[in-house]
Amino acid sequence: MINHSLKLPISLKVSISIFIVFWLIIAAFPFIWTLWGSFKIEADFFSKADWMNALFAPRTIAEKGGAFTGDGYYGAWVQENFWQAVINTTLVCFFVVGTSLTIGTLGGYALSRSSYKYTFWLLITALIFRAMPPITLVAGYLLPFYEWNLWGHLATTVIVLVAINQPFTLWMLHSFFQKIPKELDESAKVDGCTQFQAFRHVIIPVMWPGVITTGLFSFLLAYNDFAITSMLLSQNNQTMVPKIASFMGTTQTEGNVMFAVAAVVSTTAPLFLMVMFFQRQIVSGLTAGAVKG
Amino acid sequence: MKHKTFFWFFLPTASAMLLFIALPIFSIVIQSLFTPHDAVIIVTENCDPFGCKQETTIDQDATRDLRKSEPLGKFVGLEIYKDRGHLAVNEIKEIWVESNNFAEFKNNIGNLPFYRAMAFTLTFTFTVTPLMLVFGFIIALAVNSLHQNLKGLTIFFSLLPMIVSPLIGSLVLFWMIDSRGIIGEALQYVFEDPDLSLKASTGLTWVMLIVYGVWHAAPFSFVVFYAGLQTLPMDTIESAKIDGASRLQQVWYVVIPHLMPLITFVALMQLMDNFRVFEPIVGFSAEAHAQSLSWFIFNDLGGETRLLSSAATSSVLTIIGVSILLFPVLIRTWRDFNEKSAK
Repeated sequence: MINHSLKLPISLKVSISIFIVFWLIIAAFPFIWTLWGSFKIEADFFSKADWMNALFAPRTIAEKGGAFTGDGYYGAWVQENFWQAVINTTLVCFFVVGTSLTIGTLGGYALSRSSYKYTFWLLITALIFRAMPPITLVAGYLLPFYEWNLWGHLATTVIVLVAINQPFTLWMLHSFFQKIPKELDESAKVDGCTQFQAFRHVIIPVMWPGVITTGLFSFLLAYNDFAITSMLLSQNNQTMVPKIASFMGTTQTEGNVMFAVAAVVSTTAPLFLMVMFFQRQIVSGLTAGAVKG
Repeated sequence: MKHKTFFWFFLPTASAMLLFIALPIFSIVIQSLFTPHDAVIIVTENCDPFGCKQETTIDQDATRDLRKSEPLGKFVGLEIYKDRGHLAVNEIKEIWVESNNFAEFKNNIGNLPFYRAMAFTLTFTFTVTPLMLVFGFIIALAVNSLHQNLKGLTIFFSLLPMIVSPLIGSLVLFWMIDSRGIIGEALQYVFEDPDLSLKASTGLTWVMLIVYGVWHAAPFSFVVFYAGLQTLPMDTIESAKIDGASRLQQVWYVVIPHLMPLITFVALMQLMDNFRVFEPIVGFSAEAHAQSLSWFIFNDLGGETRLLSSAATSSVLTIIGVSILLFPVLIRTWRDFNEKSAK
């Protein structure tokens, strides 16, 4: 493809470059702009008079004595207790990823090593479950959760997120395990291992690339979820995304929209780092399901 | 693998899915057939020298006990499905009789909340999906012709709109298109209308949500198509060139047919995912102009009075909608499986 591209006529080359620059601006500029604006006061970031105010921040300088201010961050993290939401998100993500990978690898491994027809039907069922919008299940959770006092706790939400995550995890790990040759654990079994020992000593050491990729997507699901977390968590246990949504309700009226801006930047930053370090795994994960099918 | 071993390996994941996906689906079907009990009313007769008066009061204790002992409520069959907030059977009959022509009929149906949500959800699904396919494909072609060193950087930035939570992505855009934000002001300047606000009109709100949808989903199709382009058969391209095919013809007759399985895959996945559109409506505070089925459920569940029966009914209807979109996926998976086992 490289040789091919060298032969492009100059006009096409120029229009491709323009298009790429255009796309990069669309994709990245909103985030850069919000990051920049989060250090201004509202009168500058949302300026009625002149959009240039957001760049040069005359009001911020006038009020705070400098072109940058951390007031939004202070307001969000300290005044509105955003740090609590950060801890909650960390806990939820950690346990969701851990649990769904543990039970997902067991299940996905079993699906890839069994040759009976029911594995196919189990995968189809998982596919059907994967298609269900999570919000449609919430009405079914609320009644029993209220009855048994399970509503509002982090642990309940973790379990629900793990379950909702399972269909996707199973499909992904199933396709990864199928790439690991069956002869590997067959020979371990010939040497006298049980199925579990074969899994433990032969498969676990070689399965990490697939597990890491799947883990990234489990993490994203837990980190980004709004439908489940906003419905199942009490005020104190809220994770970052529903917390931001509740900022919108309360602080916009008080003129504290900059709190929400700062919180949004704080939430996006870890994702930014994640894409930076795991770009290859994310791309391979996105294409794994597609290229196989 | 033996059945027994398989069972133990599969048990944890199966029980998680049974308890928290299968059972809730079953539960919402049941819940949608029940409605909360009415308050228990006591009629007491107070007699005084001037005659007897009947007084009705709500028996709070009895009501609470009844609601506690039967939390599901009372059985009403398909009543909730037919009420005004859902399929509105009677209203539709009336509208049908009263409307003079089809346009009026359509217009009146648009006033019923469930059908309005349905209309937006379907419009969103069937505009965003083709647009994101086309846009993602063009990005993939463009990035593929870039120099090796630039590719990684471009992919990094391209992933961002997809990786952030939809709520956060829509908030970021929402602040920019605010009438005091950078895009909002730019639009006011371009159209020379200082009062222009994307939030004020239904049409513009829909456009805004669809643009957001494409922005959010295009990276997915881009990445998948880009991976597909790496496996392009170069000799076919070469022979097409020798036969005098232009660049456009090469793309149309060689590249697109080669990517066809991937295009179908992305399209089917996206149809299902776009059908559940929800967070952008919250992020853009667009509920006055655009409501989706998922938002409809969310709205019933939130707030002071949790309308569980109504939410359950909307959920069942949404699941029916998803199942229709899911059908081609299932057929495709079935066919793939048979092809594989035939080999």
